[in-house]
Amino acid sequence: MTGRMVNISKKWGFHGVEALKDASPGYKMVMGFFVLLTLAGLAVGLHALFVGYHHVYGVTRQISWGIMISAYIFCVVTSTGLCIVSSIGHVFGGEAFMPIAKRAVFMSIIFMFGGFCIIFFDIENPFRMAIWNVFSPNFASNMWWMGTLYGAYLVFMVIEYYFLLDQNHTLSRLMGFFGLVVGIAAHSNLGAVFGMLHGRPFWYGPYLPIYFIFSAAMSGGCAILFFTTLGWKINPEIMNQRMERAVKAVTQITIFLISVIIFFTIWKILTGMVSEGKQLVLMSLLTGSYAVNFWVFEIFLGMFLPLYLLIRSKGNNFNLILWATGLMMIGIFFMRYDIVVPGQMESVYHSLGVVEEANLLTYTPTFHEIMGSLFGIGFIGLAYFAGEKMLNGHQLEEHEIVPEGGYICPGCGAIHFMEEGETEEDAMKRHHRIW
Amino acid sequence: MKFPKINLDKLKNEGTGSVTAQERRKFLKLGLTVAGVYAGGKILSLTSAISTVHASGGGADFIKKYPYNPHYSMIIRQSLCIDCEKCVDACNSTNQVPEPNYRTRILTKKYTGKLDKQVEFIPVLCNQCNNAPCVRACPTRATYKDPVTGIVRMESKKCIGCKTCMLACPYDARYFSVERRAVDKCDFCWEKRLSKGEKQTGCSAACPTGSRTFGNLTDPENIVYKLIHQLEEQVWVIRPADDTKPNVFYMKGNMRSVENILNEQKFKYFDPNIKS
Ligand code: SF4
Ligand code: SF4
Ligand code: SF4
Repeated sequence: MTGRMVNISKKWGFHGVEALKDASPGYKMVMGFFVLLTLAGLAVGLHALFVGYHHVYGVTRQISWGIMISAYIFCVVTSTGLCIVSSIGHVFGGEAFMPIAKRAVFMSIIFMFGGFCIIFFDIENPFRMAIWNVFSPNFASNMWWMGTLYGAYLVFMVIEYYFLLDQNHTLSRLMGFFGLVVGIAAHSNLGAVFGMLHGRPFWYGPYLPIYFIFSAAMSGGCAILFFTTLGWKINPEIMNQRMERAVKAVTQITIFLISVIIFFTIWKILTGMVSEGKQLVLMSLLTGSYAVNFWVFEIFLGMFLPLYLLIRSKGNNFNLILWATGLMMIGIFFMRYDIVVPGQMESVYHSLGVVEEANLLTYTPTFHEIMGSLFGIGFIGLAYFAGEKMLNGHQLEEHEIVPEGGYICPGCGAIHFMEEGETEEDAMKRHHRIW
Repeated sequence: MKFPKINLDKLKNEGTGSVTAQERRKFLKLGLTVAGVYAGGKILSLTSAISTVHASGGGADFIKKYPYNPHYSMIIRQSLCIDCEKCVDACNSTNQVPEPNYRTRILTKKYTGKLDKQVEFIPVLCNQCNNAPCVRACPTRATYKDPVTGIVRMESKKCIGCKTCMLACPYDARYFSVERRAVDKCDFCWEKRLSKGEKQTGCSAACPTGSRTFGNLTDPENIVYKLIHQLEEQVWVIRPADDTKPNVFYMKGNMRSVENILNEQKFKYFDPNIKS
């Protein structure tokens, strides 16, 4: 079919540092805030490294994974989720999801790096990892698979992003597919790092690997909505009818996924109540020291409020979506924390009935741990705001081949065809009656 | 409580407390293991303790050999422990484990409503599990089961400090050692004593009451072998449900019964190598 090439974005692609210079003072201040946050996190992290983690971190022999591992998990869950939800469009061809792809893949890479920033200050010997993961692999270890697969995942995502920029959709699709497969394998393995620990009844079982995947998809939907509507606040130009349609589609799928996670959570509680090993920990989530975390953050902010707001927004009210998903991101962080820390609260000798371990163990994050986590979060924020400007709102296509008799709809950005004797306007009206 | 018919599938976790020695002997004659029978998550019958140390035990098959030789094991006679913590001190100085870390500790269990004994002390240390969750969890094989001695050891330079093993261990036997820049754990004093020809670990040598008894489970003349294979007293492991196949065993063990066992006066001990 013959056609003509039409530029649909005058400012497509990479805009370099120049774009940042043109940003408004307010924007620069926001970026400055994230620069400071990242630097402060880095400085405090280095301080912890220098004086020794054991002096400044709150983790102990028995609760050895704290807020930093939770933050790491928050980051990689979101990264995987972005990959899963965006793949509906650019890997599996779901037309409605196409426009979100570029921002999603970009953020997915950024979240992965953010996670690495955090874990760098949590693992005691990160440099040894690079050597011994290769030269002394343990194929039975979930941790090994998680590290290796996430490494491969990151590589695929970066290549995919390159091809997206390059407008090579065949290869970007292929890489996206590999990225998705490896990402899901990596992520369920992360669940299995917890789920395969026999001695930890709160984690043990196939629940966590499965939950992690669905939970990731939910986080991904949430993150896409959050970053897209925030992008719209920054630059309203990114919204055209195609994008609106995409936001609507992602809203619908996120509502569905929140419902799935509510269902998961209900069954986790109900089954746990009849299990001797889990009951104690569950009670501390329901009525004990983690009740605020659980009810206020995980349940209310993470599930019910966004569910209500997203349904009310009907997928059109971007301000509402922005609020709903922004709060939900906070709730999701607590969801991760509520898996990692309470799972270690019951000492392994508790069931022995000894005096020393009669009470649940406690953990409070320290300043250094919080700042170490904010190092990664700050980096993600910084990269997001820089990316919005430098990559000009992550618009999907540079140009499109418009076939004979077609034109690009000024409203929705899609290609419309005119029928005999129709004007462009008539065609648009006819086309958009379905919307 | 009784076991009217020996049917493994029907056994409940009701404890073996009232299983008489005679009944236990019956189990043994039938060549059965009673894996998983425990009360309060800790009591395991004599027979299942034996099957526990076999690398691939279970079912009606007694495996004729223990997987290692010498098969280092420790049996802890709980009622002899007086919480003097000499073992903890000895361990800390032998293996250079500065405060606040420890490779072994003494737990306290209080009983109410029992007149004879109000408090019991339970020494705990690494079980050198035959099916060690820490070894499976480690991404870089920094922790490994020594193929010769069966001791779970550390190759410190490979440890990335991810601490997965610390969560995987169901006995809280591991800690991060700043000095070694790696996770550290009890190695049955392999590095400091056994590899240099000593026969006892630091803690067992320091124990004034003989509560901690260290030895070789493959040698029928060894005290550990005798204590574990006797029929009079129950032997159990901690957290049997985790199926780690530990090599640290527990029994009540007062002085008299030990003497009897060692002198073979009153009780015969059970030898898994001889099928009856
Ligand atoms: S007790 Fe813990 S550290 Fe020792 S071998 Fe077993 S799992 Fe590993
Ligand atoms: S902390 Fe060290 S020994 Fe433990 S699992 Fe990680 S790398 Fe292995
Ligand atoms: S065997 Fe050695 S390392 Fe282990 S607890 Fe005893 S003294 Fe410490």
